[in-house]
Amino acid sequence: MIQIEGIGNQTGKKFWRSLNELSSTPKFRQWLGQEFSEGVTDLLDTGSRRRFMQLMAASMGLAGLTACRRPVEKILPFAKGVEGLVHGTPQHYATVMALGGQAHAVVVEAIDGRPIKIEGNKNHRLSNGAANVWAQASVLNLYDPDRSQKVIEKGKETTWEAFQVAFKGMNLADGDGLRVLSGAVVSPTLAGLRAGLMAKYPKAKWVEYEPLNEDESLAGTELAFGDRLRPQYDLSKADVVVSLDCDFLQLDNPGLNVIREFARRRKAVDTMVPAGHAGGGHKAPAHGEEHKAEHKEAAAPPVAASAAAPAEPRAATPAGPGINRLYVVESNFTLTGAQADHRLRLRSSDVSSFAADLARELSALPQGLKILGQSDKFLAAVGKDLLAHKGRAVVMAGPRQPARVHALAALMNQVLGSIGETVSYTRPTAAASGSGIVALAKEMAANQVKTLVVLGSNPVYTAPADLDFAAKYKAVATTIQLSSEVDETALASTWHLPESHYLESWGDAVASDGTVSLQQPLIEPIFQTKSAIEVAALLSTGTIGKGYELVKTQSKLADAAWRQGLHDGIVAGTQASVVKPVANAKAVEAAVNAAPKPAAGLEVTFFPSASSYDGRFVNNAWLQEAPEPMTKIVWDNAALVSPKTAREMKLEDGAVLSLERGGRKVEAPVLIQPGHADNSITLTLGYGRGKVGRVGTGIGYNAYALRSSDAMGIATGVTVTKAARTYTLVTTQEHHDQAGRPVVREASVAAFKEAPAFATHEDDHVELFQLFDAYDYSKGNQWGMVVDLQSCIGCNACLVACQSENNIPVVGRDQVSKGREMHWIRLDRYFTGTEDDAQVVHQPMACQQCENAPCESVCPVAATVHSPEGLNDMAYNRCVGTRYCANNCPYKVRRFNYFNWHKDIEEVSKMVFNPDVTVRMRGVMEKCNYCVQRVQEVKIAHKVAGRTPIQDGDVLTACQQTCPAEAITFGNINDPNSAVAKLKSNNRNYTLLHELNIKPRTTYLAKVRNPNPELA
Amino acid sequence: MADLTFDPKDVAQLSPSLVDGHPSLHDVTEAVSIHTEIETHRNWYIALAISGSVTLLLGSMLAYLISTGIGVWGNNNPVGWGWDITNFVFWIGIGHAGTLISAILFLFRQKWRTSINRFAEAMTLFAVACAGIYPLVHVGRPWRAYWLFPIPNADLNMWQNFRSPLLWDVFAVSTYATVSALFWYVGLIPDLAIIRDRATTKIRHTIYGIASLGWRGSATHWKNYEKAYMILAGLSTPLVLSVHTIVSFDFAVSIIPGWHTTIFPPYFVAGAIFSGFAMVITLMVIARWVFKVEHLVTITHLENMNKVILATGTIVGYAYATEFFIAWYSGNEYEKYTFINRAMGPYAWAYWSMVSCNVISPQFFWFKKLRTNIPFMFVLSIFVNIGMWFERFVIIATSLHRDFLPSSWGYFRPTIVDILTFFGTFGLFITLFVFFTRFLPIIAVSEVKGMMIQAEHEKHYLPATTASTEPVKVH
Repeated sequence: MIQIEGIGNQTGKKFWRSLNELSSTPKFRQWLGQEFSEGVTDLLDTGSRRRFMQLMAASMGLAGLTACRRPVEKILPFAKGVEGLVHGTPQHYATVMALGGQAHAVVVEAIDGRPIKIEGNKNHRLSNGAANVWAQASVLNLYDPDRSQKVIEKGKETTWEAFQVAFKGMNLADGDGLRVLSGAVVSPTLAGLRAGLMAKYPKAKWVEYEPLNEDESLAGTELAFGDRLRPQYDLSKADVVVSLDCDFLQLDNPGLNVIREFARRRKAVDTMVPAGHAGGGHKAPAHGEEHKAEHKEAAAPPVAASAAAPAEPRAATPAGPGINRLYVVESNFTLTGAQADHRLRLRSSDVSSFAADLARELSALPQGLKILGQSDKFLAAVGKDLLAHKGRAVVMAGPRQPARVHALAALMNQVLGSIGETVSYTRPTAAASGSGIVALAKEMAANQVKTLVVLGSNPVYTAPADLDFAAKYKAVATTIQLSSEVDETALASTWHLPESHYLESWGDAVASDGTVSLQQPLIEPIFQTKSAIEVAALLSTGTIGKGYELVKTQSKLADAAWRQGLHDGIVAGTQASVVKPVANAKAVEAAVNAAPKPAAGLEVTFFPSASSYDGRFVNNAWLQEAPEPMTKIVWDNAALVSPKTAREMKLEDGAVLSLERGGRKVEAPVLIQPGHADNSITLTLGYGRGKVGRVGTGIGYNAYALRSSDAMGIATGVTVTKAARTYTLVTTQEHHDQAGRPVVREASVAAFKEAPAFATHEDDHVELFQLFDAYDYSKGNQWGMVVDLQSCIGCNACLVACQSENNIPVVGRDQVSKGREMHWIRLDRYFTGTEDDAQVVHQPMACQQCENAPCESVCPVAATVHSPEGLNDMAYNRCVGTRYCANNCPYKVRRFNYFNWHKDIEEVSKMVFNPDVTVRMRGVMEKCNYCVQRVQEVKIAHKVAGRTPIQDGDVLTACQQTCPAEAITFGNINDPNSAVAKLKSNNRNYTLLHELNIKPRTTYLAKVRNPNPELA
Repeated sequence: MADLTFDPKDVAQLSPSLVDGHPSLHDVTEAVSIHTEIETHRNWYIALAISGSVTLLLGSMLAYLISTGIGVWGNNNPVGWGWDITNFVFWIGIGHAGTLISAILFLFRQKWRTSINRFAEAMTLFAVACAGIYPLVHVGRPWRAYWLFPIPNADLNMWQNFRSPLLWDVFAVSTYATVSALFWYVGLIPDLAIIRDRATTKIRHTIYGIASLGWRGSATHWKNYEKAYMILAGLSTPLVLSVHTIVSFDFAVSIIPGWHTTIFPPYFVAGAIFSGFAMVITLMVIARWVFKVEHLVTITHLENMNKVILATGTIVGYAYATEFFIAWYSGNEYEKYTFINRAMGPYAWAYWSMVSCNVISPQFFWFKKLRTNIPFMFVLSIFVNIGMWFERFVIIATSLHRDFLPSSWGYFRPTIVDILTFFGTFGLFITLFVFFTRFLPIIAVSEVKGMMIQAEHEKHYLPATTASTEPVKVH
C-alpha cells in the first residue's frame, strides 16, 4: 500500500500521495538534498509502517523548518491571494503553454502542489479565460507515466552528469558541423540563448521546424506587401467573413479571440428583434394561450409559420451590428464550415482559382477569364456581399493554401478597406516555420553535420517524407535530442534527454499577437527532466542553466514588473505594434498568372488532428477519447471522402485506401463525410506513431509518410487504390440526422425576424395536470443553464474541461465501440440538408437537471435525488447500479461504470485527479451535476464571509469557464438579473423534449443562420 | 387434495380420460412413489452430471461477472438492460403456469390440473429461482443488492425509494416466490407422508418424516390441510396477476417509447401464462415418458394446456397489434418511430422471430389433430418459448436502443458471457428438476387418488362422502 520509493532518487513511478504534497514543494526538495543528501532517500526506500511513522514525524518537522528558511527563488506568487497555505485549497497560477508557433496563456489550478486543471487566462487578449482542448488536456501529459524519465545513451539509461561529461568531451570548436533543430522558437529566452550559441559557435546553424507552420501565410504577405507579416483578425467588426480553406474556428485557429469575436457576432442576431418575454422559455407565449387545455394536433405548424406570431411588434431598426455572415470555401468539412451560412465545397487545389476569381469579382485583380466557372452564382453573390460591406468584411486564407492565396486574401482585404478594421498586420517576432529542415537534410546528406541537437521536436516522425530524414539522422555522428517522450527521434539518437513539462519548468513565450507571457513552474520536475532553455544554456555555456535565472535575466524586468508579469500571466506592453502595409496588386497578379493550373483528379489534403495536433498529443488519453468534432471518430484518424467520390471508387465506411505518391505508401481507413468536396481526400496528421506509450501506440495511420516538402498542405498526383482489408472505425455517434425531430431548432434570419420565438412554436403549449403539489423552487439559488446553439462551434473544449474537472475516466477504443464512453457532456452533431450540401449543427448535451426527473423516480435506492437548489444530485456511494435511471433518461446522458476504469492507472497519473470530486468505483452511475463541487465551494466561501448572496458569475461550471465561444451560461435562474435568467427569456430559448413535461433546467437557444437571400 | 363439494354438473367434468387404464389406487401410489425408492438409475447420474456441469458454468460466469463488472455483458449506453432483464422476465414468465395451474384452476375446479400441478409448481419455483438470480447480479454492485430490501442497515440508513417499480419488483417477486414455495410444500405434505410410510430405511423414514410434519392422515389433518390449501390458493391467485403486472411496470412506468404503455400489465400476464404453459408442455412431454406416467398425465391434460396456449397466444398477438395501432393513433412521433423501428429497424430479425413464434405458431392448435399430436406440441412449445424470450428482448432492446435523441442511438450485442450465463440458468433449472424427480413425488398422488375415488363414488351412486377421504392403503 505504501510505496515510498522514488521520492528522492526518482527511480520509480509510484508515489505516495500525501508525502508527495510535501516532496513536490521545491523548497522541501532542495532542503532535502542539502541537509540529508543520502540518509533520507534511504529511509524513503523502505515501506515499513515504523519507517513510515518516523518519516511522517520527520516530514512534519521539516515542513515547519522550511518556513524558517529564506527561499532561494521567489517563484510562486499567488494569482488569487491566499494567506498562508491551507491544505486542500486550490491555488491559481498564471503560466503559458507554447504549442507549435503559438502561445496559450493559461491559469493553472493547483491543489497542495499538484497542478490539476488548466483554465484560460482572463488577462490575455487571446484567451480571455478560455482554453482549447490541447491546453486543457496538457495537464494529463505532465502525469503521463510513459513520459521520458531518464537520460538515454544509445539505448542505455544513464544520467545527466554522464551527459554533461560527454558533452564537455565533444569538440565543437567553432561550431562547424554543429546544428540545432528546434520547433518554433517562441521563447524570447530561448531566442536569446540561440544568439549566445551563435556567438560561441559562429559556424553552427539553428534550424526551426514545425510540421504545422505559417510558411505560406508569411510568404503570401511577403508577396503582397513585400514584408513577412502576420494577419491579426478582429471579427467583432466583420459583417461578412470569407474563409478560403481556413478553419479559423478550430484546426487553423490563430487565437481563441477569433472564436469569441465570431461567436459574439453570431449571437448579435438577438439585437435584430425585440427582446423576448420574461420567462419565455417555460411559459407559453401569448398566442399559445388559446391552445390551453386543448389537445393540439401532433402536426405542429412549421417553423416559418409567421402567421402564428402576429402579436410580436417588429423592430424598427436593429439595435446593434447584428449577425455576421460567413462564407466558407473548403474541401474538408471543418467546424468553420459547419458554422457557415453558405459553404462551397471545393477541392483545396481549386481554392486558389476561386480566390483569384473572387479577387477579379472585387476588381482587386484586372478582369480576366474566370478560372473556375462552376460556381458563378456563389462567386457573384460573395463578391457583391463583400463589396456591400466595405471596411466591415474580411477574407481569410488557410495555412494549407499556397502563398498566392494568402496574397490574394491580403489584396482583397485592402480593396475592401478592411486593413486596419477587420484585419491588421503585425511583424511576427517568432513564427512556425517548416522549410528550414530541407536545407538541413541536404547538409546531413552531404555529411556536413557532425553534431545535431534536437530541442523538443521529433523530426524523424514529422519531417517531410521525401527527405528520408530518419536514415540521414542515424547517419549523423552525434545526435542529441531533448524530448518529453521517448519518441521516434529519441530511439534514433545517440543521446536522448528527457524534457520537462511546461508546468514544471521556467520559460516564456510570445503569443501570435506579440504578447509575452512568463512560464512559471507549478511543481518541481517529477522525473529527471530539464527544459529546453536549460539544455540550450548547456550548449552555449557548458553548464546546465537555471531556468529561473535564464528567464529573469532575459526578461530584463525589474522585480516589481517581474512579479506583476508572473501574476498577470502577461508582460504588459509587449503586444506587437501594427504595421500599415500596402499591397502590390501587380506582384500578386503576376504570381497568380504564373501559377500552374491545378491538376485535375484526386487530391490529398493534410490536416492537423483535432486530438493529436501534429502527433505530440497522441499519448494523451483525454484527447484520444474526445471524439473528432466533425466525424466523431475516437482513437483513430481516417481518410475522409465525399459520398460521391466514395460511390465512384466503390468505397464504404471502413474500406482501406492505399495512397501512393512518389513511391511512398500509406494505408488509411475511409470515412464517408457528407459535405466533403468530391475528388478530395482529407488525411489527418499526428497518428500512426510507433511505440509511444500505453495510449498512443499503434493507433491510426501515419499521414506524414505521404507528406513531402513540395506538398505540405495539398498533394496531387496521388495514386489511390482500394486495399483488400477493411478496418472498423469507432465513432461515438452512429446516427447523423435528427430523424425529423425538433432537436436542434434552426431558422434563417428572415424567419427569425418574422417569428422571433420560432423555436417554441412547435411545442405543445399545454400545461399538463400535476397530480401532486410541485416543489416550491422559487426560493434561494436555483441553478440553471442555457446553451446557445448559435455560438457553439462544437470544439470539444467543454468536454475536455469536464473530463479534467470531474475525474472522468477514459475507457479506450474497444469500450467506446461498445457504447461505454464516460463523457458527461457530449457534443451531438447532426447533419441537415442534402448529402452533398450538408450543414452541420452541434449540440452540447449533458444532464439537463430536470425538475420532474425521470431518473429520480425509478431509482430503487434513492441514489439520485433532487436538491432544493434544483440540482439532480447523484449519491455515488448509495448507488447499487441498476441502470434503470439511465434507461429512463430521455437524453441518455447518464454514464455507467461498466468496469473499474481506474484499475490500471499508474500512481503518478492519479495525481491529476481533482480532490474535490469523488473518483467513482465500478458499478455506479455518474453524470453531470453542474459542477456541484464548484457551487459548494462558492457557497461555503460566501457563508464564511457572512452569508453574502452569491453574485451572478461567482460560480462557473468547468464547461462554461473554458468555452471560447461563450456558448454556455450558468447561474441562478431565481435572480432576474442573472445572465442565465435573461437568456431564459430570450426569444430563441427552447426546452428540448418539452412535451415530456420533465422541466429540464438546461435549455437551449435556437440557431439562426444568415443566408444570403441571393443564394436562396 | 381439497375439499370440493361437487355439484352434479361437476361430475360431468370428471372425465375418465384424466386417468387412463383404470389403475387401482395402489397402482397410482406405486407409479408415482417408485422413482423415489428404487436404486438410483445410471441415467439419473448422467442427467445430473450434465445439468450440474451447466450449473457450474453458470456459477463461474456469475463469479466472473461479479469480480469484473457488468461490462462483461453486452450492456451499454443507451441499452442499459440487455439479456439480464430479458432473462429475468423470461424466467418469471415461465414461472407463471405453475401458480396458475395450482391456484386459479383449483379455484375454478378444473379437475384436470391434478396430474400436472405438482410438476408445474415445481417448475414455477425453479423458474423463479433462475429469474431471481438476475435482479441480484445485474446491479453494478451486487454486494450491495441487499439495499433493495427495506431491512435496517447502517450502510444506507434510510428508506428505499417507494416510487421505483424496481422496488415493487422486489416485493412482488419475493412474495411470489414465498407463497409459491409454501403452496407447493403444503400440497406435498400428504404425499411425503406416503413415502415416509413406505420407507424401508431409517434415514428415509426420518427425513421424509420430518418433511411430512407428522402427517397421519387424520380427519383433523385433512380438514386443516384443505383449509390451508384453499387459503394459499386464494393468496396465490392475485399474485399470478400481480407479479407480472408489476414486472411490466418496470417498463410501463418509464417514459421510454415502447415501454411507456398502459397495455403492458394484461399483455405481460397473458404472455407469462403463454410461455409458462409452453414450458410445462415441453417438460411434461419428456417427464411422462421418462417416468412412465402417461396414464396419469394423459393426452387430455396436454390438449387442455394447448388450448390455453392457443388462447393466450392469440391474446399476445392481439396485444402486438394494439401496440401498433396505438403507436399510429396516438400521433406521437417517438412512439410511432419505435414501432416502425421494431418491425423494420436493425432488430427486425428479432421482432419477426417473435411474431412468427408467438402469433403464428400457436394458431396450429386450432386443429385437434395437431394439439393432440405429442411430437408436434413438443416442437411448438419450444417455439413458443423462443418467441417469448424474443418478446422480452424486443421490448427491452429495441425500445432502449433508439429512444428520443438520435445522437444517443446505439446497438446491443450480447457477449459470450451473456449467452453462457443464460445457458447456465437452464442448467440450474434442469438440475433442480433432476433432484425433484429423484426425491419427491412428481404427481400429486393424494389429489389424483381423491379424484379417482370421487369418480368411483359418483359412478356407483354412493352417497356423497367427503372427497377428502384419506387414501387408505388399498390392498
